[in-house]
Amino acid sequence: MFDWIQNFSDWLIYSVLEIGAETHLGTALNFFVYDTLKILILLFVIVFLMGIVNAYLPIERLKDFLNRKKLYGLEYFFASLFGAITPFCSCSSVPLFIGFVQGGIPLGVTFAFLITSPLVNEIAIAMFIGMFGIKATLIYAISGIILGTIGGWLLGKFKLEPLLSDWVKKILENKHQQREFEEEKNTFLQRLPGITRGAWEIVRGVLLYVIIGIGIGAVMHGYVPENFFGHYLGGGQWWTVPLAVFVAVPMYANAAAIVPVIQVFVAKGVPLGTAIAFMMATVGLSIPEATLLKKVMTLKLIAIFFGVVTLFIIFSGFLFNLLLIV
Amino acid sequence: MTQIKVLGPGCPKCKSTYSNAQEAVKQSGVEAEVIKVDDIQEMLKYNVLTTPVLMIDEEIKIKGRVAQVREIIELLKK
Repeated sequence: MFDWIQNFSDWLIYSVLEIGAETHLGTALNFFVYDTLKILILLFVIVFLMGIVNAYLPIERLKDFLNRKKLYGLEYFFASLFGAITPFCSCSSVPLFIGFVQGGIPLGVTFAFLITSPLVNEIAIAMFIGMFGIKATLIYAISGIILGTIGGWLLGKFKLEPLLSDWVKKILENKHQQREFEEEKNTFLQRLPGITRGAWEIVRGVLLYVIIGIGIGAVMHGYVPENFFGHYLGGGQWWTVPLAVFVAVPMYANAAAIVPVIQVFVAKGVPLGTAIAFMMATVGLSIPEATLLKKVMTLKLIAIFFGVVTLFIIFSGFLFNLLLIV
Repeated sequence: MTQIKVLGPGCPKCKSTYSNAQEAVKQSGVEAEVIKVDDIQEMLKYNVLTTPVLMIDEEIKIKGRVAQVREIIELLKK
């Protein structure tokens, strides 16, 4: 599918710029051009498709669905799935959280949404397809959704409502069904320009991160010795998964920048499961997110939330390493 | 006078929406004031789930994405 991009990069680097295919610089530049083009095309396509999905399934409608339908326990799964298909912006997480609990959606279900939303998003998916292929992407997305489902369910069991901020508790006391949202009545063709522009804006917004990430990746490809990480981090020791996760939880990196770097880690010997766990911890949990959530939760609740999700990510890292070796 | 409100807790997207709104007012010549709403409890009154939100005269016009200068000018002229 991407042969023509490879041909283009070969032509650009080896013929036009006349940098030899056998030199370090030549391979690094070729890798950089090829990856950047491939990722940008994938990003645009995936973001565009998600834009179409979101035009027809806006978050307000998904919330109504969770509110109205009797789902017999499946509401955790649906909330998690909806978290995956909704575009994530960390600045929306607080209004979303409040909007959900205010509308009467149980705390655990809200958490299911909140866990998956940053974890599985269109940018992470596009980057994963480009860097690791479809199979690894499916594993990542499906496990992210399962993780949100089980995590939300478990957090729901803990009865954590008393640990919300006082003003949120007051909202809970007089929750109400909000007025129905007004649906856009435009036809598909009328909406298309807006969706295309939206997709372009998102891609433009992460462009710099993609280039930086792939740039770092390209340099590491050329200069980090084969199996370097495998030697120090990969050798199958059980503690490498928790270590990778604990390092990654506090930091936040854009999925667009982190995936190309992770790909080099894997290429140089880190097991894929460890890498996926690292990725999940980086994009799923971060200090900036905790700071935002502090407006609606007590520190204790944030600690429980982060603790549960961290444990689940570590657990899935172990599981992937077991499953993916076989 | 027209009143434009930008709702958002202060993320980069909200900031660019705010500056786009100011730019749109300047370019269109419409008399309007641009108000930034970053208090969550205030935002809740408008029942929004995704930010940033652009409101003109208390009516939600664009939500969940950055509103472009041209779009805002069109909305102002209606």
